[in-house]
Amino acid sequence: MTDIKSAFQNGKAFIPFVTAGDPDLETTEKLLIEMSKNGADIIEIGIPFSDPIAEGVVIQEADLRSLSAGTTTDKIFDMVKRIRPQIDAALAVMTYMNPIFVYGTEKFMAKCQECGISAVIVPDTPYEEKHELTDYSGKYGIDVISLIAPTSHERIKMIAKEAEGFVYCVSSMGVTGVRSEITTDVGEMVRLVKSVKDIPCAIGFGISTPEQAKKMSESADGVIVGSAIVKIVAKYGKDCIKPVCDYVNSMKEAIS
Amino acid sequence: MTKGKFGIHGGQFVPETLMNAINEFEEAYNKYKDDPEFVAELDTLMREYAGRPSLLYYAEKMTKDLGGAKIYLKREDLNHTGSHKLNNCLGQCLLAKKMGKTRVIAETGAGQHGVATATVAALLGLECEIFMGKEDTIRQALNVYRMKLLGAKVNAVETGTMTLKDAVNEAMREWTNRVSDTHYVLGSVMGPHPFPTVVRDFQSVIGKEIKSQMLEKEGRLPDVVMACVGGGSNAMGAFYEFIKDENVKLIGCEAAGLGADTPKTAATIATGTLGIFHGMKSYFCQNEYGQIAPVYSISAGLDYPGIGPEHANLADTGRASYVPVTDEEAVNAFEYLSRTEGIIPAIESAHAVAHCMKIAPTMDKDKIIVVNLSGRGDKDVAAIARYRGEDLHD
Repeated sequence: MTDIKSAFQNGKAFIPFVTAGDPDLETTEKLLIEMSKNGADIIEIGIPFSDPIAEGVVIQEADLRSLSAGTTTDKIFDMVKRIRPQIDAALAVMTYMNPIFVYGTEKFMAKCQECGISAVIVPDTPYEEKHELTDYSGKYGIDVISLIAPTSHERIKMIAKEAEGFVYCVSSMGVTGVRSEITTDVGEMVRLVKSVKDIPCAIGFGISTPEQAKKMSESADGVIVGSAIVKIVAKYGKDCIKPVCDYVNSMKEAIS
Repeated sequence: MTKGKFGIHGGQFVPETLMNAINEFEEAYNKYKDDPEFVAELDTLMREYAGRPSLLYYAEKMTKDLGGAKIYLKREDLNHTGSHKLNNCLGQCLLAKKMGKTRVIAETGAGQHGVATATVAALLGLECEIFMGKEDTIRQALNVYRMKLLGAKVNAVETGTMTLKDAVNEAMREWTNRVSDTHYVLGSVMGPHPFPTVVRDFQSVIGKEIKSQMLEKEGRLPDVVMACVGGGSNAMGAFYEFIKDENVKLIGCEAAGLGADTPKTAATIATGTLGIFHGMKSYFCQNEYGQIAPVYSISAGLDYPGIGPEHANLADTGRASYVPVTDEEAVNAFEYLSRTEGIIPAIESAHAVAHCMKIAPTMDKDKIIVVNLSGRGDKDVAAIARYRGEDLHD
């Protein structure tokens, strides 16, 4: 069982995302175990939200499929806790502030610890509001991952100074989703982070091909891929394990 | 470092991509709000273009018919574009221009805010794109065409419940996509700071006028000021000037849909719980896991699962009270005001009229109620006809 820090010590980290419960939790369970065996260093587990304002249409639809199938935060925690011993990769959950807040932020953090989840990523909770999470996360040893965006500029150093685990560098404007081209100078974003803190930086938003991943990994410590994987899950449904694992394998290879 | 708090409510829960944009907006607002040139420019537009001040009308027939408190209607329906929404759009679009933005985007429920934004965009020469739930584009087809006439692009949002909440989601997503030349003209006292404050301030002209008009007509303050509440902009605009006048009772009328005790409701204070969504901590209709509920009201403008953070705080402190009003009560009030005073109110505003009809008869004749008539009802006529079983389409 790996933590965030050691996840970055196996070359460049590959960080896949899946929406928990899409199409059902049994599939997610298999995906977590198999992705870990096939090159995932950290796995982002998406807890679905009814109104994911930072997501593009691919993950919006996955959230909807999952919620329609009856997925709840508790069912996700139960599943993760049960299979955690079979997963080598570090685990992070990605969700929105409301599902955490309404669950009870402290209870949520305690549950994460109990399930072997090391970090939370909450895209609608910026630096100014992160105390909503950090007031409780430290007690349970959970890292609150900070995001920086192409528009962050002078905010990057302020954010990086207090960053935990790794810094999530958002490579593109807009919401999550596959993009054919990434124009942001992510190298500069990473340099600004590293100038104030020695912390791993992973790049996400828009990355889908091994070529893009390789290029991005040259300026960072890891690469995050969400929509491209969720698309495979959407296409193959319960039979997505092999195609997803092949994809994860090819991505890890591309950045190694 | 939390900003924009009203008690425990408010804040800035938005993606990092937007933080510089909302900070920039806050700085611009602070810079211009007391700038004599900006104030004069806005004031001229309010007078010469919007038609302010709006009338404070003594509804004598309604007062006599109900047989209790004296009823005044604040005629925001007489504003250019037919609702209070223009007050905020003039302010925000003027600010957007000062900030060098060339494009505005906005969400809309009933279409009133979309029409007002498209109107000011046309006037000031800004590109304009409106996000509207697909369900609402059907309920309010006339307003969709109106926005197009005004030169705006209207995007029908087909995600979620296809109503106001989803229009806000999509407008926020679009803003993260294109922020450098675009300002998001949020239409209510909701969302991340500074929107709840900015929108309140631009709408507070309503309460200021009520106060001076009431002092002129009656030589005293009213006993009750009431308004309908979805996100809460017309109510906040009417209430704000009176918050310190503790003898003035403030009542917000929420859309209860088929009833606050049914799942087909949008009564946030009556049925919601504390949450963090759409940029703010406030009350929301949601389930035990924080999934936002698919709310319902006949009124597209009140069909929203949350409420502005300052209202949430006024509810917490008890300074204002919030009451649920059903579809049926609102439709009755819509018809009643049309028949009694010859004024067809927006179905949103009819929620406040309905509650006025309940409480006025219980009050002494020397008491005074002001109902904020936030908009006109032309846009609703076809929908109300259908509600009454007539096959009438826009």
